[in-house]
Amino acid sequence: MAKYSLKINGKTQLIDVDPSTPILWVLRDHLNMPGTKFGCGMAMCGACTVHLDGTAVRSCSLPVSAVGKQAITTIEGLSANGTHPVQKAWLEHDVAQCGYCQAGQIMSAAALLKDNPNPSDEDIDNYMSGNICRCGTYLRIKEAIKAAAKK
Amino acid sequence: MKTHSRRSFLKASALSGGGFMLGISFLSNFKSFGNEPIANLPLGFNELNGFVKITADNVIKIMSPNPEGGQGVKTSMPMIVAEELDVDFSKIIIEQADLDTKHFTRQFIGGSQAIHLSWQPLRLAGATARQMLREAAAKQWNVPVDEISTQSGVLYHKNSGKSANYGDMATAAAQIPVPKEVKLKSIPDFKIIGKSQGNVDLAKIVTGKPLFGIDTQVKGMQIAMIVHPPAFGLKFKSIQNEVAVSKMKGIKAIFPIKIFNEDYEKTFFDTTTFNEVVAIVGNSTWEVMQAKKALKVTWQPIESYTQNRNMLGRKIVEKIPAGLEDTIEHKAKLAERITQPATVRRKDGDVETAFKIATKIIERTFNAPFLAHNCMEPMNFFAHVTDEKAELSGPLQKPEFTEQALSARLGMPLEKIDIKMTRLGGGFGRRSYAHWLIEAALISQKVKAPVKLLYTREDDMTAGIYRSTYSAYFRAALDADNNLIAFHVKAGGTPESPLYPNRFPAGAVDHYLAEDFTIDSNITVGSYRAPRSNFMAAAEQSFLDEVAEAAGKDPIDFRLALLNRAKEKPVGKNNEYEPERFAKVLELVKEKAHWESIKMTKKLGFSAYFCHDSYAAHILDLEVKDGTPVINKVWCAIDCGIVINPDAAKNMAEGGIVDALGAALYGKMTFTKGVPDANNFHNYRMIRHNEAPKQIEVHFVKNTLDPSGMGEPAYPPVYAALANALYKATGKRFYNQPFSDNL
Repeated sequence: MAKYSLKINGKTQLIDVDPSTPILWVLRDHLNMPGTKFGCGMAMCGACTVHLDGTAVRSCSLPVSAVGKQAITTIEGLSANGTHPVQKAWLEHDVAQCGYCQAGQIMSAAALLKDNPNPSDEDIDNYMSGNICRCGTYLRIKEAIKAAAKK
Repeated sequence: MKTHSRRSFLKASALSGGGFMLGISFLSNFKSFGNEPIANLPLGFNELNGFVKITADNVIKIMSPNPEGGQGVKTSMPMIVAEELDVDFSKIIIEQADLDTKHFTRQFIGGSQAIHLSWQPLRLAGATARQMLREAAAKQWNVPVDEISTQSGVLYHKNSGKSANYGDMATAAAQIPVPKEVKLKSIPDFKIIGKSQGNVDLAKIVTGKPLFGIDTQVKGMQIAMIVHPPAFGLKFKSIQNEVAVSKMKGIKAIFPIKIFNEDYEKTFFDTTTFNEVVAIVGNSTWEVMQAKKALKVTWQPIESYTQNRNMLGRKIVEKIPAGLEDTIEHKAKLAERITQPATVRRKDGDVETAFKIATKIIERTFNAPFLAHNCMEPMNFFAHVTDEKAELSGPLQKPEFTEQALSARLGMPLEKIDIKMTRLGGGFGRRSYAHWLIEAALISQKVKAPVKLLYTREDDMTAGIYRSTYSAYFRAALDADNNLIAFHVKAGGTPESPLYPNRFPAGAVDHYLAEDFTIDSNITVGSYRAPRSNFMAAAEQSFLDEVAEAAGKDPIDFRLALLNRAKEKPVGKNNEYEPERFAKVLELVKEKAHWESIKMTKKLGFSAYFCHDSYAAHILDLEVKDGTPVINKVWCAIDCGIVINPDAAKNMAEGGIVDALGAALYGKMTFTKGVPDANNFHNYRMIRHNEAPKQIEVHFVKNTLDPSGMGEPAYPPVYAALANALYKATGKRFYNQPFSDNL
C-alpha cells in the first residue's frame, strides 16, 4: 500500500492503495465516484475514459502510481451541472439508449473537441473508434459532437 | 371516444398525508411470452400497485413498472399514463418501481412486449385516475361530472369558473369508488403520445450519476468475484492454494458455491453454465481481481446428464453431453445433420411433386456461429442476505422469475425477498438468465455481509449463455413462368432450433414444408436480441434474394407478389403475419429510398421481416473499398402500430441496425476443446464508430393500430440487407456469418 495525493475534478484527494491499482478502481471503489465505468479492463472499450491533464486516457489501465501531479477529470467534474457543450448536445440529440458507455463517449468527445474544435466526420470516426456502444448509438454521437463543435 | 370497463385490475387508495394512488394489474392483458402460453400465473391481483400517485401538494408521480435497459420504456410507459391522465409530461416525476409480484405482472424486459401488452392497461390507469379526480371535483363543487373538464393537470368547471389542480382533489378522489367504465381519448386528441420526449434519465447519464447496478455502494459492502471453469464440459473439483490466496491483501474469504440444488426443477430462465463455482470475497475490486488471478483451482470433466425443466408450463428433458466441444465439430455435425430429414413443423400441399415438376430448383444452406451478448455493463448484482430477509439490487430482465428461483434456493418465502431494479447497462437477452443474482445472494449469506458480485469482462464473455449456432437449408421451386411454386426450409441449431414455421413465405406458396432439428451440446444458450428471428431473417431473406434473381424479378416486387398472394388466397393456417401490413413496409421503404431510380447504379441490398408483431424492411447502400464494406446509407421502414415516442423509436431502429451490422460482419464465438476462443474486446470484434453506416433514415408506417414491438423488429432484417448488398458489390453470395471472414 502507498499513499497518494491526487488532483481529481479540482479537488485534492488522499488515498492509500496498492500502487498497481488502476485509477478506475480508485474512483469507483475508494472515492465513491461511479460515473467512470468498467467495461473491459484492458483499454479496449473506452467506457472508463477520463482526462489526464486534458488528454483522454483509459482509467482501467492507468495505475495510480503513474499519475503523479497530473490533474484527473472525470464525468462528474466535466462541468458544474452538466453544462459542458458535449453534455448539452447529448441531451439535445437524445443520444443514449442503455447509457452505460456514454460517460466514456462524452469524455472522449470532449477531449477530441479540445484538440480539434472543428472535426470532420473522419476525424470523429478515428478519434471515437476506441469507444464501443453495443446499443449502436454511433450516428447520434457523431451528430452530437458536430453540434457541440458549433457551440 | 371508446368506453372501456375496468374489469378487476384497478384499485384506488388514500395516501398517508393526503392524496391518492391508483394501482393497476397487468393480468387482464397478459397474453403470452414468445410462443409459449404462460401457466401458473403468480397471483390473483385483486390488489393495487403504486402506479399513479398524486399527493395533496400536487406532486404527480408515475411509476414505471418494467426494467429499463435502453429500450426507453421508463419514458414511453409513463407517457401513455400521462396522456390519459391529462398532465404535463415535463412536470411529473417518473420512478422505477421495485419488483413487486404482488401488484405487477410481466415486470420484465423481453420479446419487445412491454408497450404491446401494457398499452391498454396503462391508458386505463391514466383515464381512471382522471375520471376519479373529475368525480371528486364534481362532488365538491356540486355540479354534474360531465361538466368537469381537465387540462394539463387542472380541473375546470366552465359555468362556475371554478378550477383546482389535481393535488387539491387527490385526497377526495381516494374516496371515490373506482369507476366501472372510463372513456379513453380518441387517437387524434393525443397530445403526448406521438410527440418525442427525451429519455427521462439522460441528464443523470451525461453527468455520471449512479444509475446502474454496478454503481451500488453500501456501507460495509464487500466485493465478490467468481472463478468458473475455463472450459465448457468441466466442473469444479478442488481449490489448490486457498490458504496462500486468502492471505493476499484485502481478501476475506474463498469458497465454492452451488447455484442450484440437485433436486431443483429449473424453469425457463434458470439456465446456468456452471452449477458450482468458486467465490472470492474481499475489500476492493482490484484486490479481488489479483486474488482471482492467483487462485488455482482443479477442474474435472463432467459426466453427461439430463435435467428436467419446466419451460413456462411445458415440461422438457434436456440432455447435456459430456466432452470438450470444438467449433470444427459443431460445424461438421450441423453440416451432416442438415442433409437428413428432420421434424416436420408445417406442411402445405404436395411439396415433393412440386419439386419434381419444377423448371428451376434453387438450394442453399446458411450458417451462423454462436454469439456473445457483450452488454457493456458486465454482469453484476448486489445482495444482502440475512436469516430474516434477502435484499438485492441490480440489473436483470426477468425479476419475477428470478425471485422464484432465489426463493427456492434460499428456502426463503417470496415476501422476505426484496429485489430492486436498477437501470441495465444493456440486456439483449443476457440478463434474463440471472444465475449471478443467486451467486451474489449465496455469497452474501455465507460471509454475512452486503456483497456486490462483479463479473470481469472475461467472466462475462466466457461463462456461456450465447446465441446458438444455427444452420438453415432452403429449397425453392420455380415453374416455367418463374413463379415460386414450392418452398422448403429445414433449420436446426446447436443446441436450439431457430425455426418459425408459420412466417413468410408460409401462406404465400402452395407447396410448403418446414422442418427442424436440434443437436445437444454443453454450450449454454439463451435469448439474444430478436431470438431465432435474428438468424432466420438473415438466411431466408438472403435466400429469397437469390430466388428472385433466378426468377429474373426485382427482389421487392418478387416479395410483394408473394404477399399479395398471401392476402388474396392464403395457403394453410396459422400464418403469423398480416400480408397487407407487411407489404406496406416494403412499399414505404421502396418509395423513400427511390429504389427504382437508384437500383441500377448503387450496390443495394433489400430485406424485410416480421417479428414481435411488427414489420420492418431495409434497403442498404454500400461499397467495398480495399475489402472493407463502407455502408453509405440504410433506409428503414417499420410498422409497429402507433409510435409512442417517435425519436426514441427512431433511436431504437438506428441502434438495431448498427448492432446487427456488427454481429453480421464480425460477431462470432468459437471454441477449442471447450474453451471460448474470445474473452475480451481485443479478440471479440464489435462494430465501432468508423464502421457504422454514414446515414440511417427511419420511416414509420402511419396508422392507428395498437402499438407492437419496437426493440427488436428492426434488427433481424439487417443481416440479409447487408448480405444482398455485398453480393451486388462483390458478385459473391454470403452464406456464412460473420461475413467479414469471407470478404
